[in-house]
Amino acid sequence: MSMRDTPLWTWHVIAGLIILVLLGLHMGIMHLSGVLHFDAMSPAGDSPVDWANVAYRAKMIFFTLSYIVLLGAGLFHGLYGLKNILFELGPPAGLRSAISALLLLLGVGLFALGTWAAFTARTVALAASSM
Amino acid sequence: MPEVKRYPNRLGIKGWFGGGRWGVERYLYTLHRLTGLGLLTYFLMHIVVTSRRALGAESWTAAMATVGAPIFKVGEYLVFVAFAFHAFNGLRLVLVELGVLTGRPEEPVYPYESSLDVQRPFMVVMMIAAAVVMLLGGYEFFFMAH
Repeated sequence: MSMRDTPLWTWHVIAGLIILVLLGLHMGIMHLSGVLHFDAMSPAGDSPVDWANVAYRAKMIFFTLSYIVLLGAGLFHGLYGLKNILFELGPPAGLRSAISALLLLLGVGLFALGTWAAFTARTVALAASSM
Repeated sequence: MPEVKRYPNRLGIKGWFGGGRWGVERYLYTLHRLTGLGLLTYFLMHIVVTSRRALGAESWTAAMATVGAPIFKVGEYLVFVAFAFHAFNGLRLVLVELGVLTGRPEEPVYPYESSLDVQRPFMVVMMIAAAVVMLLGGYEFFFMAH
């Protein structure tokens, strides 16, 4: 790791802590709501992934924004971690540049897709509830 | 900016699996990387699949029906297990990195004190916490109807 990477490593650690909190919340809602009796975010009952529950959460701005923060933190943490693992294997300089560019492109593309989906799902859910 | 001198990584990925004289933390390092790569693979697919909610109820329900087969449930639980390990081990790594679990540097006066005296019990606590979350998740995944 070069000195230039130090701020990126710090952001990697900060992103990890953000993920710990937000993904912990996500897992609590999606996979531990039964054992923890934490089903307030799935008021329609049944599965947390049933459309009624998904739409309920999509309408809440907290979930829209926290989803986008989690998306950005997860993509940065994961793709930067992958880059470090690949660079440890000692690829030549040209390949290192290609890997960096490819991972950056992948991260930006998926961030754009996820952000679009979060806002559009909110719009769809709000429109359906106002009918 | 001066370029860092790089040494050849002779062992490559093989080096992940041989702990040598290092302790159990060396194997946690390997597991941390493996679970990280698994979680990243799942996460990239998860972004694409869950983006279907933007297309409305029908599209979402169809997507969930596709990934609702029992084999996906087992796979999803493995992702949950990887998450629990990666999260608690990651918290340990952050605290070690920040120096919280390594203590202050001291003169090597007998009886010697090691940072392992603090770090290793915390590692055990974190692994127990991860195991508890894995068990709770397993109960919810396989024994509670959704």
